[in-house]
Amino acid sequence: MPIIDLANPTRFLNIVNRVLPWLAAATVLVFAFGLARIMGAPDDYQQGATVKIMYLHVPAAWLSMMCWGVMTVAALGTLVWRHPLSDVAGKAAAPIGTAFTFICLITGSLWGRPTWGTYWVWDARLTSMLVLFLLYLGVLALYWTAEDPGRGSRAAAVLALVGAINIPIIKFSVEYWNTLHQPASLFRKGGSAIDPAILTPLLVMAGGFTLLFFTLHFAAMRNEILRRRVRSMRLIQAQELHA
Amino acid sequence: MNLGPHADFIIAAYAVTVFVIGSLIAWIALDYSAQRRILGDLEEQGVTRRSLRTSKDKP
Repeated sequence: MPIIDLANPTRFLNIVNRVLPWLAAATVLVFAFGLARIMGAPDDYQQGATVKIMYLHVPAAWLSMMCWGVMTVAALGTLVWRHPLSDVAGKAAAPIGTAFTFICLITGSLWGRPTWGTYWVWDARLTSMLVLFLLYLGVLALYWTAEDPGRGSRAAAVLALVGAINIPIIKFSVEYWNTLHQPASLFRKGGSAIDPAILTPLLVMAGGFTLLFFTLHFAAMRNEILRRRVRSMRLIQAQELHA
Repeated sequence: MNLGPHADFIIAAYAVTVFVIGSLIAWIALDYSAQRRILGDLEEQGVTRRSLRTSKDKP
């Protein structure tokens, strides 16, 4: 089947209805496996058991940035090709990305207090992550409050494209600025600095979070397609009443 | 499993994550059933989507 066929909302709904139960089951299984690995994982020699917060914080941070990446691609589809499914994908991703960014900020704060001695500091990594959260809120506000959905979607797509500048800033903030946040310890020159006993559960949890994102994103896209059908049917109903 | 002297922080982090993800799942599931119900009501009232109407009208 050509990839362009997936861009048909009805065909997309059929595929989502078939795929979603399997995706949800895979998410549950990977999370169960990941949590079992976390229970058996050793404590960090410096941080002790608080390293267990990392298994939530790091995947949530990755997903918050990946979700903005999805919104950026969707924004291109909305603004350049004006494809409705791109707009649906962008709108469905926004609340999920907001939730992951919120989890990243809160768990980071709860991890920071015992390890750094403070819940918050205005350093480059934490501040750029807070900016990402505020950008997500801005996108949500544009999607949810615009009187004309089309104008709201285009404005949100423009903000998604502009906000994409923040993603490399978040990524490289720990290298270019002197921050309290530790530098990258997984994706760095010379390979990972994390012991395999801690790295394995982290990667399993990252896989679980990624599957969760796709499960929720497909489900939210399905809702959005149905919402647009409701809207168009109500417009038809109103036109018939006034005819 | 011993969570050490900072158990409160670890438990709070996991509780917040479960609450946020649980709320997100519940919101998406409730939204799905609401949209399905509204679509069903509209179809019962005889409202048909324009795309379906066009395909039916085709010879």
